[in-house]
Amino acid sequence: MTKVLTVNHSVEQGIREFLKFLLDTGKIKGVFTLKKLNKKGDVAYSLITRSDELTDAVPFFPLMPVNAGKLISRFTMNGPPSEPVAVVLKPCELRAFIELVKLEQGSLENMVFISATCGGVFPLNMVHEGTIEKNLSPYWTAIKKEEIPENIRPVCKACTEFIPYNADLVLNLVGNKNLDSQCDIVIETKKGEEITTDTDIKKKYSQKEYKKENLDTFKERREAEKKKIIEDIDTKLTGMDGLIEIFGKCIGCHGCSKACPICYCKLCEFESSDSEYGPSNYEAELKRRGAVRVPPNTLYYHLGRLSHIAISCVGCGSCEDACPVDIPVSIIFKKIGESIQNMFEYTPGKSIEEKIPLTTFKEKELTEIEE
Amino acid sequence: MKKNDDFIPKILTFLCNWCSYAGADLAGTSRLKYPTSIIPIRVMCSSRVDPLFILKGYLNGADGVLLTGCHPGDCHYQSGNYYTRRRFAALKKIFENLGLEKDRLSLSWISASEGQKYAQTTTDFTQKIKELGKNSAGTEIFL
Repeated sequence: MTKVLTVNHSVEQGIREFLKFLLDTGKIKGVFTLKKLNKKGDVAYSLITRSDELTDAVPFFPLMPVNAGKLISRFTMNGPPSEPVAVVLKPCELRAFIELVKLEQGSLENMVFISATCGGVFPLNMVHEGTIEKNLSPYWTAIKKEEIPENIRPVCKACTEFIPYNADLVLNLVGNKNLDSQCDIVIETKKGEEITTDTDIKKKYSQKEYKKENLDTFKERREAEKKKIIEDIDTKLTGMDGLIEIFGKCIGCHGCSKACPICYCKLCEFESSDSEYGPSNYEAELKRRGAVRVPPNTLYYHLGRLSHIAISCVGCGSCEDACPVDIPVSIIFKKIGESIQNMFEYTPGKSIEEKIPLTTFKEKELTEIEE
Repeated sequence: MKKNDDFIPKILTFLCNWCSYAGADLAGTSRLKYPTSIIPIRVMCSSRVDPLFILKGYLNGADGVLLTGCHPGDCHYQSGNYYTRRRFAALKKIFENLGLEKDRLSLSWISASEGQKYAQTTTDFTQKIKELGKNSAGTEIFL
């Protein structure tokens, strides 16, 4: 039976107090979380070691400045932190990090992962527009009622993996009516247990048995929304003409791959000199086509990215947020990604033991594709 | 596209060094007939073929892309072709979902002793591509 630890504050304040307590008692030496930059409500991920700096931490603020999976990967690239760090991130960020660990781009050691059932995040342009504040209260109202909040990232609306995998401690946000009065921290793993079984913690916070909720209503609503969104993109994905229509406006900034947590290659093929177009390349192309788009190879880039990383796509939506010309990259990746993932019965970031399908094989499989 | 008998397709063919290339060689030395549409590229292993190579060929107007390697279990490097198979399946899935012509891509296992199979595979695939007609991607401008 899973246990739950209760802090008698609102979720926002409760988790802050809990993190402060862990830091003050030395159970952890650092906290990685979202922190307010200013009074306007801009937030950024921060690594905190002094507990008074946690005062304006906002661990579950519905915004993802950068996919934290990518940040933690950079943080642990050359080895785990020497002292324990609590990392607060969203389910898809944690899944992205697990994928990166499988790709040998990070380490899980010496970290306690705190996550929550996730209602989705707002697109980043709402920060510049200054429209986040007024959307916050409807957001939390919707979350309490297991409804899909308005104005969140399109791919968040279609996300059915809102319950975190591999988190040591999990907060229930979706469908939790007591968000404003009580902060329940569910202990999911042995690591989570170790950090919370201390006598200090037992004295301070009440612990009780906990029965997991299914969140079926929320899942159904998300499934329905996903179906709608995928059907909509299907009407546009109609072969070469459709792709040219969608990707024709791409300015070739490669922002989507820079923002993508999974696209980790230091030496990207598309940034390499192999992809540079010189006069002779243009000449050869022009001979055949009679005219050529500049910059060229847009479709090649997007299809190439699909073939490389769609298998591990966690559907966080960072790519679409980074796109300056509003190409529905995240929805296309969601659709293609899931179709490949389903083929191998794989959920990216679900389990650390399960290998990424393209890095392993079975001797007898897929015989239908051989001719 | 209309079926055109004068149309000789361009078929990019990746041959693994240890099996399929030797198979193609055998087809030649056995004086078997196979179509002139084949543009062979020798690679050390079929798993050396990044999906990007196939994509680039396709987008640059190759009418078909044929990927060949050792039979499963016979890979010179033990397991290379198993990875090829998974990657190829994933690439086909991408083509299928985007509405691209996935029939222009093909995967075959041809061993060093299968000169006959090489001639047959290339003939069949060329016929199939002839029916599909020219790949329009070769003349698209806004790629």
